[in-house]
Amino acid sequence: MASQQGPIRVEDLRVDPRRARTQNILRRLFFVSAALAVLITVGIIWALLWDSLTFITNVTLEQLFDGAWLPRSNRYDIPTLLIGTLVISLIGMLIAVPLGLGAAVYLAEYASPRLRGTLKPILEILAAIPSVVLGFFALTVISPNVIAPICEFAQGWAPSVFNMAAAGVAVGVLITPLVASISEDALYAVPDSLREASYGLGARKRTTTLRVVFPAAVSGIVAAMIIGLSRAIGETMIVSIAAGGVGGGARNFDPCLPGQTMTAAMVSLAIGSDQATTGPQYSSLFFVGLLLFLMTLGLNLISESYVRRMRGKGAI
Amino acid sequence: MSGSLGTLGGQDVVQEQVRRALEGRAVDWRSRVFEGFLVFSLLVSFFFLLWLLVSQIVASMPVWQERGLIDFITSPTNSNPDKAGVGQGIFGSIVLMFIVSLLALPIGVAAAIYLEEYAPDNLVSRTLNTVIRNLAGVPAVVYGILGLSFFVLAAEPITGGRTIISGGLTLAVLVLPIAIIVTAEALRSVPASIREAGFGVGATRWEVIRSHVLPYAAPGILTGVILTMARAFGETAPLLLVGAVAGSFSLPSSATVVDRLSGPYTSLPTIIFNWSVLPQQGFRALTAAAIVVLLVIILLINAVAIYLRNRYARKW
Repeated sequence: MASQQGPIRVEDLRVDPRRARTQNILRRLFFVSAALAVLITVGIIWALLWDSLTFITNVTLEQLFDGAWLPRSNRYDIPTLLIGTLVISLIGMLIAVPLGLGAAVYLAEYASPRLRGTLKPILEILAAIPSVVLGFFALTVISPNVIAPICEFAQGWAPSVFNMAAAGVAVGVLITPLVASISEDALYAVPDSLREASYGLGARKRTTTLRVVFPAAVSGIVAAMIIGLSRAIGETMIVSIAAGGVGGGARNFDPCLPGQTMTAAMVSLAIGSDQATTGPQYSSLFFVGLLLFLMTLGLNLISESYVRRMRGKGAI
Repeated sequence: MSGSLGTLGGQDVVQEQVRRALEGRAVDWRSRVFEGFLVFSLLVSFFFLLWLLVSQIVASMPVWQERGLIDFITSPTNSNPDKAGVGQGIFGSIVLMFIVSLLALPIGVAAAIYLEEYAPDNLVSRTLNTVIRNLAGVPAVVYGILGLSFFVLAAEPITGGRTIISGGLTLAVLVLPIAIIVTAEALRSVPASIREAGFGVGATRWEVIRSHVLPYAAPGILTGVILTMARAFGETAPLLLVGAVAGSFSLPSSATVVDRLSGPYTSLPTIIFNWSVLPQQGFRALTAAAIVVLLVIILLINAVAIYLRNRYARKW
């Protein structure tokens, strides 16, 4: 075609129909793959809603505020689960926020590129530890060696081997690398011109970090904390193993005692209820799942709005 | 700055004098304390990692001494701690990873290609992006509910109910959004000029992707996808919901491949969860040994990914 003599005509530039057809087929194939994500989302919501409705219509309001989560005795106290989830997540955040932020500031502002290249992979290894491993570590190492002395000192009596404090500490260790890596990205995205302007005014490194870089990155850091909280709420294996909520329990705020979270309740319903597929015990699994899904989705959407705010400022 | 009186060296000296004059004090203790806190927070994370590794290796020593590695990783599950091993778990985890990579990887890469290379900037594309980001934040245990409703119950005639196929499908759905995100990131890092060079010689979009974009993005995609698989390898909660056996079971030695795929199954992390809540002292060492095996596998996968990243990383 193109080898013909004479000036180039429009037909010479037209794509060969076979190539155009391949192009179109692949384009549709790729689109369908991406659209599968919507199908999965609809599937999750459908699965959660359907059996949740069965549950809600089959229990009374008193059963949902019955003082204890004991599915075997048909007591489905939702506050029990929310309290347990809240206590463990808060302990986790109490550990992960200072540690994660400190690590992020050190890596982004203080460490030399070479030191950063050595330290970051170690943090990535910590992030790669499966939560089931941290759960066993919490139960057999953190609980007797860290939590037992503290609780005994604070309360005068030895805590339960299964307790929310140990699970909370392990959740904190689990989400520290996550908080650190998102915060570090936010700090890294702050343009150098801001730091240089601050140094130019004679500010110290510490002042520059705390008064200039940190405020510029605050949206991203808030997003990191919210994502961390969302991950802490959804964390399942650590609490199933170490928090001692298997089989149910009563409302409890004391971190030295066992507690019941939404996620641990789901696991014990799934492995304990003789794998039944009917009845309120089975459908309560979906209702708790729906609560968990809505809470984490809400937090993720809030964190996304913070990320957008940061982008709007031109920092990323 | 090698001692010569170049402009840089001179600048350094002046800078140092100006800084001393401005700071007034020889040692700024508050800055030291601040930097000390930053280093401390990083060290605490590393300390936990080290403590975790050392405690599990020490706790698992009896198993290696009395049983040996080969016996432990080939024996089936058993309620007698002197005979129990993780053979079935390793087999199950490998089959699960095979199903995941067969499904989630091609679909994930295709979806990412659509989002990065084809998608016009309109409402549909933005919605797809938001949906995928939010799916990545859904807690793993909620994917277990999706798997339970659709793969175990609704698709029972195809999957056989609580089989390893349902488990693999569930993990594949769980991994898909993360696979899409890491692939999209790798595609985004290929500069536009590479694509323009392809378009400039008359290639169609797919030809540009196949011959220009994918080869350059391949190391990034590979690294991201390997790290994603490492995460799926340690995942436990969704498998418990879709029926991975959290107890011991045995298959006759004459079991065929079909029997193994349609019968009861377990995975390495599921075994760890099951053993970790057993009260007998013998299972403590066994759990630690299974954790060591799991961590070695996951750290090896991570090491391969980090090696690939450093080997093929390209700065544009």
